[in-house]
Amino acid sequence: MIRFTIEDRTGDRQELEIPEGINLSLMEVLKASDYNILATCGGMALCATCHVQVLQGLEQLPGSNDAELDMLDTLPDADSDSRLACQLRVDETMEGAVFRIRGAEN
Amino acid sequence: MITTDICIIGAGPVGLFAVFEAGLLKMRCHLIDALPQVGGQLSEIYPQKPIYDIPGYPEVKAQELVDNLMQQIAPFHPTFSLGERVDGLRKQDDGSYHVITSDGTVVHCQVVVIAGGLGSFEPRKPEIAGLEQFEGKGVSYMVKHPEQLRDKRVILAGGGDSALDWTLYLTDIAREVTLIHRGESFRGAPDSAEKVVELANEGRINLILQSNITSLHGNGHLKEVTITAKDKTVTSLPADYLIPLFGLTPKLGPIADWGLSIDKSAIEVNTHDYSTNVERIYAIGDINTYPGKLKLILCGFHEAALMCQSAFRYVYPSQKLSFKYTTVNGVHAF
Repeated sequence: MIRFTIEDRTGDRQELEIPEGINLSLMEVLKASDYNILATCGGMALCATCHVQVLQGLEQLPGSNDAELDMLDTLPDADSDSRLACQLRVDETMEGAVFRIRGAEN
Repeated sequence: MITTDICIIGAGPVGLFAVFEAGLLKMRCHLIDALPQVGGQLSEIYPQKPIYDIPGYPEVKAQELVDNLMQQIAPFHPTFSLGERVDGLRKQDDGSYHVITSDGTVVHCQVVVIAGGLGSFEPRKPEIAGLEQFEGKGVSYMVKHPEQLRDKRVILAGGGDSALDWTLYLTDIAREVTLIHRGESFRGAPDSAEKVVELANEGRINLILQSNITSLHGNGHLKEVTITAKDKTVTSLPADYLIPLFGLTPKLGPIADWGLSIDKSAIEVNTHDYSTNVERIYAIGDINTYPGKLKLILCGFHEAALMCQSAFRYVYPSQKLSFKYTTVNGVHAF
């Protein structure tokens, strides 16, 4: 099992346990876990509505590709610990990480 | 005024294929799209990417699919308003509609079909206190008329290519150009980034890095912006214009105000015919939602076919629709 923590917009934290080898992005797991994220573009790094802030474990995650960096560049509220959940595969690199949901609600 | 049977909002693959299905039933179509070319996301965002789940095509490049669709619908001579966003909808006494675009184009139609995909791409707005209050009074999200900025104090905000390009362009026009970026460097086109840094070193522009605009001030028109740096120092800068350039984000736009039933930015439809809760308005493709919805091009094609069967009764109220296969009946151009 891979364990990581999600902090929602109200500051509530919940630990998620995801089986290894699930082949889903963090965005897909957040949607499946009924978190309120839009994920309008369906995972193509186009809308940034799945913007998350990595509060813990950023250095363990694989780096961003150009499409993700380009999108993060345009976000007014992004910082050096920002990622797009749709570009993050859920795997062992997420063990112990803490993500805060930042994307727009509507 | 343009008169047609069906006005299709969105010229992506699903909107284009709807022209074919409508054409088989002798219904004419006019398409409106905010982008300057047809194809929607396929042409705008990933023209060279392969798609693997179009029936009959083991692999097809996105732009190739769009080109093929244009060829397929050519016999039905659809008309287009490209580069125009749909702004308004007016119901007529006989039940038909006038669709009005941002450029003032009016399309008179019997049926409106929303095939808007992700929605229209609109400028992303940063969270700045007082921002909306100064929109059109110093704050704008694009540079439409650069001459308006001549000899003015202009502040640009953002770190992407368009922020860099406009900084370069406006340096010779504005009295004073300031670029504010929250990061410490630019990832955009290295050429433009270098030139911007050069101009800053020469003192021809102000470059303020690792900072955000936090509030705006003025009396009816923008006069001053407050900037907060990463180290929390707060400074103020006089400004006539502020242009935040934070890319585009897909939004439903004015369609959201048409009284349609909307769930999470998608339009709820009846899967019987993909009609919305408003008579004569249909929604097909990625922009609609229903139990079991899959955002796939092939699902949008199916939705387009069923929608046309239903829309027929508004276009030809006195005729009975008989279903015909193209293999039997052929394709009759008009």
